[in-house]
Amino acid sequence: MAEKVLMKGNEAIAEAAIKAGCRHYFGYPITPQTEVAAYMAKRMPKIGGVFLQAESEISAINMVYGVAGTGMRVMTSSSSPGISLKQEGISYIAGADLPALIVNVQRGGPGLGGIQPSQSDYFQATKGGGHGDYRLIVLAPASVQEMADMTVLAFDLAEKYRVPSMLLADGTMGQMMEPVELPEVDYKPTEKDWTVTGTQMKRKHNIVNSLYLLPEELEKTNLERFERYKTIEENEARYESFMMEDAEYCVVAFGIASRVSKNAVIAARNMGIKVGMIRPITLWPFPKKPLAEAAEKVKGFLSVELSMGQMIEDVKLAIECKKPVSLCNRVGGMIPTPEQVLESIKKMAGGER
Amino acid sequence: MKRVTVFSGHYGSGKTNIAVNYALDLGSMGHKVSIADLDIVNPYFRTKDSEELFRQNGVELISLPFANTSVDLPSLPSAAYGLFERRDRKVVIDLGGDDRGALALGRFVPYIREENDYEMIFVVNFYRPLTTTVEDAYEVFKEIEYASKIKFTKIVNNSNLGTETTSDDVLKTDALAKKLAEMTDTELLFTSVEDSLFEGVSKVLGRDKTFSMKLQEKLF
Repeated sequence: MAEKVLMKGNEAIAEAAIKAGCRHYFGYPITPQTEVAAYMAKRMPKIGGVFLQAESEISAINMVYGVAGTGMRVMTSSSSPGISLKQEGISYIAGADLPALIVNVQRGGPGLGGIQPSQSDYFQATKGGGHGDYRLIVLAPASVQEMADMTVLAFDLAEKYRVPSMLLADGTMGQMMEPVELPEVDYKPTEKDWTVTGTQMKRKHNIVNSLYLLPEELEKTNLERFERYKTIEENEARYESFMMEDAEYCVVAFGIASRVSKNAVIAARNMGIKVGMIRPITLWPFPKKPLAEAAEKVKGFLSVELSMGQMIEDVKLAIECKKPVSLCNRVGGMIPTPEQVLESIKKMAGGER
Repeated sequence: MKRVTVFSGHYGSGKTNIAVNYALDLGSMGHKVSIADLDIVNPYFRTKDSEELFRQNGVELISLPFANTSVDLPSLPSAAYGLFERRDRKVVIDLGGDDRGALALGRFVPYIREENDYEMIFVVNFYRPLTTTVEDAYEVFKEIEYASKIKFTKIVNNSNLGTETTSDDVLKTDALAKKLAEMTDTELLFTSVEDSLFEGVSKVLGRDKTFSMKLQEKLF
């Protein structure tokens, strides 16, 4: 009926995935992402897709592995503890060079933690998480609209590079409702020469596997994969720059933290503090270049996170520690207020102007 | 006006906001009012968020011991049984979303039927993705009736696009709500709008058919 609909972030992910051509969803419920599964359970049977609630997260990720091997678009979703359970399967998918989407709507940790929002799975998402040398393309939406748009992007990028991608959201992004214009996607499955879809005796069979017993061979697959990662780093780093033109200080924040920080940046500007914000949209590849450039101009950085300080390490690496970087954070399911961020900005800038 | 009013509807249709405002309205008319949170689906955005407001306005809140504690346990408050014995009070019941949420009402249905002084209200927002058409809304309507074991008597049109809602957005859905009422042999009780849209919308729909709402405080 209407062009816009009012959606929860979790629902936006699910509907956008369907629009992007995903017809296979495997998952296991966990707060605060259960709406993804609930939505898929309603929609998939109506469009000839598969919704399957597996007996565990481990089972679900291995079903994803299976479908990914056929080249079809497939996804799973969970929240922090459930994503930990999936790590073995994610490593296998990465090792077998398969595209798939994994959604993590983060909650506070470690352990069972709580059901309130958090960003403390940053390390897990961007530095591996499972075993072995591998990367995920990690996207960090900051609105319900972006939950939808980045789901589509995550599928596209995963397929383009044959790498699993992760949508790294948090409990607020998953639960909040905002009007959304759902993306219209013209997805046509492409012919792929690596899928296991039956040879019909017409071609040599393909093998999907992550086991290489000859070290020379395993080394070769690793090196080839990292060549691809290099291309991704060169081409796919995304970020949003906010009020950075004349900025003397730079806030770095993603997801819900960037929404809070934006308000604080505006408030600081009204006080005469020249501050801007760089919001990483891809957490891997991390937008190193704009940060390195900013380091030549600004006097200091402030990393705002819902963690004990994880992204701050990548900020320091990106700017090669050329300028001081401080941290403004809350953890355990708490969210920093704009006032708290503003105080940190004032402190960084040496007080009010 | 009936003694017991149950708000049910699809997930995220705005049941809680309506129930909260409706209970406060009843209170301001001088009734003794209890509002019961029987949402076993969603651990967030609960009736309990308005606890302070109820206290100030003398509305009794009956809520789960686990509500808003982040303990994600679907259970029902034992005090809910009292709602059907203390018949000097008006009762507003806020159910969880969809058929799963409506299941919670099942055990109270015999009491509701026996007293036979209730409205069972279907709340609909035509801007929610799974109820954008009358047909889709009808499907959810029937699923909930099946799960709750009791028939709806009225419909509330709560169509909105959150903070971006305009009067036109609301008015556009009036025909859909009336169609749904016709298909289900119920009545459209009112169309609810956020306070600031009340004047514009009620001019078209009539003051008695428009319900003015204050939204719950934004948590983040």
